[in-house]
Amino acid sequence: MLAYTIRRLLMLIPVLLGMTLIVFSVVHLIPGNPAQVILGETATEQAIQDLEATMGIDQPYFVQYGLYLADLLQGDLGTSLRTKGEISSEILPRVAATFELTIFAMIFAIIVGINAGILSAWKQNTWVDITAMVVALIGVSMPVFWLALMEQWIFAQELGWLPSSGRQSSTDQIEPITHFYVLDSLLHLDFDRTLTVLSHLVLPAVALGTIPMAIIARMTRSSMLEVMKSDYIRTVRAKGSGQFLVIYKHALRNATIPVLTVIGLQTGVLLGGAILTETIFSWPGVGRYVYEGINHRDYPVIQSGILVIAFIFVMINLIVDLLYAYIDPRIKY
Amino acid sequence: MSDVILELEDLHTHFFTDSGEIPAVDGVSFKVHKGEVVGVVGESGCGKSVTSLSIMQLVPSPPGKIVSGQINFKGENLAQATEKRMRQVRGNEISMIFQEPMTSLDPLYTIGNQLIEAIRMHRKMSKKEAKRKAIDMLNLVGIPRPSEVVDEYPHQLSGGMRQRVMIAMAMSCDPEVLIADEPTTALDVTIQAQILDLMRGLNKEHNTGILLITHDLGIVAEMCDRVVVMYAGQVVEEGSVREILKDPKHPYTKGLIRSLPKIHEKEQKLYSIPGTVPKVSMEHVGCRFAPRCEYTFDRCFSDDPELYETDVERRSRCFLYDDNEEQEAGSHVESDLRS
Repeated sequence: MLAYTIRRLLMLIPVLLGMTLIVFSVVHLIPGNPAQVILGETATEQAIQDLEATMGIDQPYFVQYGLYLADLLQGDLGTSLRTKGEISSEILPRVAATFELTIFAMIFAIIVGINAGILSAWKQNTWVDITAMVVALIGVSMPVFWLALMEQWIFAQELGWLPSSGRQSSTDQIEPITHFYVLDSLLHLDFDRTLTVLSHLVLPAVALGTIPMAIIARMTRSSMLEVMKSDYIRTVRAKGSGQFLVIYKHALRNATIPVLTVIGLQTGVLLGGAILTETIFSWPGVGRYVYEGINHRDYPVIQSGILVIAFIFVMINLIVDLLYAYIDPRIKY
Repeated sequence: MSDVILELEDLHTHFFTDSGEIPAVDGVSFKVHKGEVVGVVGESGCGKSVTSLSIMQLVPSPPGKIVSGQINFKGENLAQATEKRMRQVRGNEISMIFQEPMTSLDPLYTIGNQLIEAIRMHRKMSKKEAKRKAIDMLNLVGIPRPSEVVDEYPHQLSGGMRQRVMIAMAMSCDPEVLIADEPTTALDVTIQAQILDLMRGLNKEHNTGILLITHDLGIVAEMCDRVVVMYAGQVVEEGSVREILKDPKHPYTKGLIRSLPKIHEKEQKLYSIPGTVPKVSMEHVGCRFAPRCEYTFDRCFSDDPELYETDVERRSRCFLYDDNEEQEAGSHVESDLRS
């Protein structure tokens, strides 16, 4: 397991290098001189050349890439053209906000999805199974924005149980430490605030988690049905083990691998592109940040956004691969 | 050898499929005595495995279901037993090993973990004691360096070793009956012999009754005390190994024995029974073997034969042994048979 982990970590190096090279090159392919864009139409030739020198864009391609990498390694993502602020300090709270939302959405999706899948497989072809799978089908086919709006209408406006948008109440702002507000409020030992923050999470997390929940449920069901037919499950039953042990110890773990793949992919999707949900719930996440960057042709922001999202994808894949090896002793690439 | 430990009486296990009801086990009766090795022989699809799974109530349901009949185990009818009671029986009083050692162990848990699960299911023991017991069992079934193997995963062992682990698991609670469903079919010949030796040894030492499901008459000759021959969901012949191999009564058994290769005879072509096992339906009339049988007469196609007593402790499902059978037909064919 240790050797495998080390090997898998070493494999990250070429992947990350390739990723930065692609992101860097793509932005470079966009026509137009950034110095010209920044200084405007009326700038003198001299001013443009000076700015090119300070930005380093008069250097050869690979020197520029090297400088870019050196900056990245120091945590410097450049400056936003629009706000003139440091992108790294702008993007960090955004990433934290998206992460927090994704974590809660996935907790909802995994707990509900896996158990619905197990129940469906266990009670195959009964009304329990049919109900669960119809709900899953509806969940998968329902547009996120519609679900989000319905949630807001019912639970925020009509019933008034939950706040309709934002990460916290606007009058009483938290002093961020990690930018994960649930964690921050706990670190401040301010448990009332924890509840407030959690209540803000419920609606967007359910809206965001519904599609992954449905996909996980369907995948768990089919994977469980496959495993339940296998010889080793018959052996476990022949030992006299009860249904609970058969399902939760043996069948579920064997059925996990394909489900884990889906969980990993869905987590990546949520982290990268929850723009609809973030917009509807005024959630200050990374999706909206990149979207605003695109609207204002803020290339450094777009570049950094893509890089951060790609990096998160790579990390999730790493975690999923390590979990594969942990679950299945036969996996040693 | 007098106390019957397991007795099947007119067991019917049917499968309810889209294409109709299939009587996979159709009125099977036989007995296993304490410490006896009983072989169940037959071609693929004759209901041997379904019979053994029925005893454990492990027939996949749906579509399978025990429709009627009794499975008497120490005076208790297991066909009527609750799932809770069956869980006490399985792996404890009756245990089972399967054909496919390669896939019969959970690949994600260590050998020890799976053995300990079996032991602690039925015996009050601490994990430590159970592990010691697991190592003892691995030792008993002849696994080298058991204290290391206990922490290994199934994929680290060969097929023969895995079958030994399965036997260790099955024997860990000292069952009274061991059902072995083609335990050596997937193994090569030298390993086969070792596994059979091992089972024979356990049978002698622990006085465990063994129900050995196989299609290999060689294994039957080597291992069993008595044989039950099955064809298309029914028992067609029953008797002691020696008598059945020496003097088979039922035409199907004769065919089976004739189709064994003989080492001393230079026969050009190996004999095979013509035709294949029929798909049995509920509407079937007549003897099921009739379409493939050399000795048929009219009655074979219109009536269902019973199991007729041919000798002490010997039965055969063939009209040739029906005492009420008209003498002309009987004598005519029987003279044919004896020639």
